[in-house]
Amino acid sequence: MTINETQDELISDFELFDDWESKYEYIIDLGKQFPPLQEQFKTEENIIKGCQSKVWLNAYMDGDLLKFEADSDAIIVRGLVSMLVKVLSGHTPEEIASADLYFMEKIGLHQHLAQTRSNGLLSMLKQMKAYGFAYQGRTVNSEN
Amino acid sequence: MSNNLDITAIRNDFPILDEIVNGKQLVYFDNAATTQKPKIVLDAISGYYEHYNANIHRGIHQLAEKATAAFEDSRKRLQQFLNAPSFEEIIFTYGTTDGINLVAQTYGRKFLKEGDEVIISAMEHHSNIVPWQMLCEEKGCILKVIPINDDGELLMDEYEALLTERTKFVSVVHVSNSLGTINPVKEIIRKAHEVGAKVLLDGAQASSHLSIDVQDLDCDFYSLSLHKIYGPTGMGILFGKKELLNAMPPYRGGGEMIKEVTFEKTTYNELPYKFEAGTPNIADVIAAKYALDYVDTLGKPNIAAYENSLLEYATQAVKEIEGLKIIGKAKEKVSVLSFVIDGIHHQDIGVLLDQQGIAVRTGHHCTQPLMRRFNITGTSRASFAVYNTTAEIDRLIQGLHKVKKMLG
Repeated sequence: MTINETQDELISDFELFDDWESKYEYIIDLGKQFPPLQEQFKTEENIIKGCQSKVWLNAYMDGDLLKFEADSDAIIVRGLVSMLVKVLSGHTPEEIASADLYFMEKIGLHQHLAQTRSNGLLSMLKQMKAYGFAYQGRTVNSEN
Repeated sequence: MSNNLDITAIRNDFPILDEIVNGKQLVYFDNAATTQKPKIVLDAISGYYEHYNANIHRGIHQLAEKATAAFEDSRKRLQQFLNAPSFEEIIFTYGTTDGINLVAQTYGRKFLKEGDEVIISAMEHHSNIVPWQMLCEEKGCILKVIPINDDGELLMDEYEALLTERTKFVSVVHVSNSLGTINPVKEIIRKAHEVGAKVLLDGAQASSHLSIDVQDLDCDFYSLSLHKIYGPTGMGILFGKKELLNAMPPYRGGGEMIKEVTFEKTTYNELPYKFEAGTPNIADVIAAKYALDYVDTLGKPNIAAYENSLLEYATQAVKEIEGLKIIGKAKEKVSVLSFVIDGIHHQDIGVLLDQQGIAVRTGHHCTQPLMRRFNITGTSRASFAVYNTTAEIDRLIQGLHKVKKMLG
């Protein structure tokens, strides 16, 4: 699935919810189901500090695809992080670097991207794109 | 709930309280960050811009005269608000932080030297930590910290033990923004003066709840922000004892703060203008007077009594939330309720309350060392002002039940 196909899929998932509660319950569920990042990757280097919650982001090349794993100490941010990973992970660095992310706005969650100081999500997104730029033209066969 | 105030009428004075947030009527419980502004303050700001906007102190035309008079009226009003002996001791600043930096950078740089000690407390806001750290780093001074107990009260014995002839400055918060604790500042000041140290009080939180009398306190400096007392943002005042302000070098250079400028040498203006370089925040200074008048019309003791009743109500009400723990249980505190809930991140609480139209503050409240003291990364904080009601507190409780249900 392309980046935009995944975004469109998320948008249509969220169209099922007509109130904030079911929308946030779904995000909380996504947060709960998202596999936790292994402790060895929760390093200072991988931390993206928000003012209130922490986000960790680990990136690695798998063949010619750039993959992400992430985590957060707050469950709603974790759910949002899982969506960003779902959309961007497993694409080529070029695709990730040039991706136009519109799903958060369409779902009505853009305020979470605006509050950089409170949750680090926007910083995480920038970091994911930065990895995209940095890894362009590289192929690595083993993980990490 | 008995009180002498007509809360319905008061609420009508604050247009913002009618706002709909996420489909619900706003419940604003972030008053310790900034209070909302009554219509009379908003009208004062637009009235200035509509009718007598002019730069002050130098113009000889009528608008400038009117603006200057209103501006200086505000200074006298603030002098009265703090019971300061002279209007010359009221310096307009951008806010509490600016006032603290002014003292650290002028008094501190001139009078403190290597080996001198500065005392702050474990519950300081970053704005009363960092300016002193910067000073200590530059001058080779030593920063000492008064510890607190588990209820969030200063350990006064430990404070006394820290005081020595090396202590040159004590800078403490009058009321804690994270905990609500009212500190025994009069005693702190008296003891500091016994060893010859000067004292600054960070009055950001205290000034909206307590009556402040700088002569009775005998503090050397008092810094506060008007936006926490129903006034505009972007302005505050620093009170300083005249002899100290006179002995301090100017802070920023520019217009207004000079007497005469040549390329060889500049002489400085008198107090308070020596510390007020550049065009000040005229509109907001003028509007500040109206905020203080508003507070006086309601009566500070009435406001305090009502806010205390809200705090009591909320403190009882949150007991029904399982796993909720109040952070800050000082015997003397203002209407600030900081709490954590077992197993739930404070940010999740903030996001889900916001969805229900309830504004609280979550995070470390710019007091990271204090959070570490309690071994937490942050709290959720509901802080009450005179326009809040028990019905709104009920909505907070319902909101928290919903948060627990959704995250449970």
